[in-house]
Amino acid sequence: MSEPKNNGFEPNIIAFLCRWCSYAGADLAGVSRMTYPSNIIPMRVNCSGRVDAEMIIRAFEKGADGVLIGGCHPGDCHYVNGNYKTRRRVLLLKRALEQVGIDPKRLHLEWISASEGTKFQRTVTSLTERIKQLGPSPVKNDPANRCYRPK
Amino acid sequence: MPQPRIGIFVCHCGLNIKRTVDTQAITEALGEYPGVAFATDYDYMCSDPGQRLIKEAITEQRLTGIVIAACSPAMHEPTFRRAAEEAGMNPYLCEMANIREQCSWVHQDREAATKKALRIVNTIIEKVRGNHPLEPVEIDHVNKCLVIGAGIAGIQAALDVAESGFAVILVEKEPTIGGHMAQLSETFPTLDCSQCILTPKMVEVSRHPNITLLTYSEVVNVSGYVGNYTVTIRKNPTYVDPDKCNLCGDCENVCPESTESEFERGLVQRKAIYIPFRQAIPSSYTLDEETCLGLRPLRCNECAKVCDPKAIDYDMLPEIIEEEVAAIIVATGYELHPISSLGEYGAGLIPDVIDGLQFERLLSASGPTGGEVRRPSDGKIPKKVVFVQCAGSRDPEHHNAYCSKICCMYTSKHALLYRHVVPDGEAVIFYIDIRAGGKGYEEFVQHAIEEERILYLRGKVSKIYREGDHVIVWGVDTLSNRLVEIEADLVVLAISIDPHPSNPILSKVLKISCDAEGFFKEAHPKLRPVESLTAGIFLAGAGEGPKDIPEAVSQGSGAAAKAVTLLVQEKLSHSPEVVDINENICSGCGICVNMCPYAALAVNGGGVAEVNEVLCEGCGTCVSACPTGAAQLKNMTTKQLNNMIEVALRDV
Repeated sequence: MSEPKNNGFEPNIIAFLCRWCSYAGADLAGVSRMTYPSNIIPMRVNCSGRVDAEMIIRAFEKGADGVLIGGCHPGDCHYVNGNYKTRRRVLLLKRALEQVGIDPKRLHLEWISASEGTKFQRTVTSLTERIKQLGPSPVKNDPANRCYRPK
Repeated sequence: MPQPRIGIFVCHCGLNIKRTVDTQAITEALGEYPGVAFATDYDYMCSDPGQRLIKEAITEQRLTGIVIAACSPAMHEPTFRRAAEEAGMNPYLCEMANIREQCSWVHQDREAATKKALRIVNTIIEKVRGNHPLEPVEIDHVNKCLVIGAGIAGIQAALDVAESGFAVILVEKEPTIGGHMAQLSETFPTLDCSQCILTPKMVEVSRHPNITLLTYSEVVNVSGYVGNYTVTIRKNPTYVDPDKCNLCGDCENVCPESTESEFERGLVQRKAIYIPFRQAIPSSYTLDEETCLGLRPLRCNECAKVCDPKAIDYDMLPEIIEEEVAAIIVATGYELHPISSLGEYGAGLIPDVIDGLQFERLLSASGPTGGEVRRPSDGKIPKKVVFVQCAGSRDPEHHNAYCSKICCMYTSKHALLYRHVVPDGEAVIFYIDIRAGGKGYEEFVQHAIEEERILYLRGKVSKIYREGDHVIVWGVDTLSNRLVEIEADLVVLAISIDPHPSNPILSKVLKISCDAEGFFKEAHPKLRPVESLTAGIFLAGAGEGPKDIPEAVSQGSGAAAKAVTLLVQEKLSHSPEVVDINENICSGCGICVNMCPYAALAVNGGGVAEVNEVLCEGCGTCVSACPTGAAQLKNMTTKQLNNMIEVALRDV
């Protein structure tokens, strides 16, 4: 994708969506023909509990300007309690990101149920707007700033 | 490993995808992607010619994997996987790229949408490149079914499974089966007497050779998996032998202790030794240990002294029963939202403000008043009754956000029956709006409004308080835009339906999820309404969400049909997309064991983690936690994910 410079910055956002709630919520947004920015690339995972630090850091390392994790609401997890584990993990990771110079606001966790198409639309729209304001990720185009190297 | 030969099939979905995504351009671009041997597009891939196109390409192009770029996998993944299988390809080598719901339908800029579609398909190609052929896991199973809860939904489910020739264990927490339906007087919209249609079914349950009935019992533990669940049931002691009890009632007469009758919803008292109602099944008395003066040590043995058939046994102990079952049907039912939480309506402190079920008991011929409507405070026949709908429902700020579904209908029925019993009485109903969807329901309400002179006021009630002999109701009539104050003799609240209090406990025991309100969560709200997300556990009745009798019965039958579908199979299969442990790098730390919500992992004698493939549901929580990377989801490995992330961010 040709990237317009400066004010025309179009961020790349990776969305890890849990299959049962958020991915279904994103489907509902589609079925309801809601519109939102196309900066987001959805990736389906079974549970938000599968999303680990490695995946998120990998995304930033490979050029993501933002990462969204969508899970079921607390108490509503398809897999009993995976989302609670995600919540703890994301909180910790946000601190780590700050230390390596990535604004933790680039990582966003949201509970979106299968019936919340509107919430999905709202989340993606506001996150895209937020990332646009933050500008391109500092990791991008700066190999020296790499915080993580894959095994 | 041979070079991958991946086939790409881009669907136009009529104009649904084609309008915003340049399908031709992406097909051309995808044809150039490394590992792609074939790429084509078509109007409707899911149609018969579309599927034929896929099957032919699989054979002719000797494809090693396929990607269908079309709608959401939630929609057609099974369709295309079946097609792949028919062409001789392992179905787990077929994946879908969602370029409709999450791309063409939500974007308008054609260029941007096309680029996004291409990125989405690229990620799925990377997934397919890493996929391996998988075979479903086969398992043997036992031939029994457990039904939890013996209200009308559970009764129907148990009878249907038993009629199909399979053994059923029906567990009920209360001393009798029948549930809330046994408390009702008449049922809407036909005004059938509830007892008359329910009790024959209760008797059938007690007599059916395939049903083992365990009342006053609770499911305390469940382990195992679909086809082979091990269930532990605690049968609480009733201290009365049901085979000897002849219902003479002598014990009840001499019992010195009493408490509020649960069945009559506190309108009258019952003794410590009691039978909930005369038609109870099993037909026997129960000694409620909590109300009794004391059994250990024995403080009073009046009941045993007068019991002629010697049915009372103070030494009875709780019994722990273990059973093996293939399927479990959960039919816990509902409870009313506590009246004490409705402060604005007197919080249960005004005796003449009662709930709908109490009013059912007042209307019931077998109730404490013999079917005469007499108010609890002084036994007078109320001449003006106010019915308040949505008491605790559709009130997200204070109570439940959802609609309890049955209240519009039963309030209409209450007012109508009241007018039949007290012809000179006045009935006023406060409503937000009337939801009468159902066969004959709207006609029933219309009849109540037009023929029975019931006054419907559209508006909410803000306050109810007692003044002398009366109950004052403050409300608003939003149609005439006036504040209303009514001096009533009796107020009946159509109180919101809560999930049964045992739901949170059972959801842990059964490892099934509840929604935010506490009702059991179905596998799919439209297409799998009687299944839980755990294989072999099915749902029926109001434990899954508020519903009326016909719906509860249909769901009971539906859940039974699902259970029988499973029971008749010779072997069961389970998705193979589960976790796999690389024994060479597993350190045996056991972190995954604690993470697993299904107890599917254990560290074996060899000091490495081992997966029970039947128990594993493939959530991947353990994968995230595994410090060495030994735990991997089949066909969704970290390597695959990393590749997918990389191509998702690559310029196209």
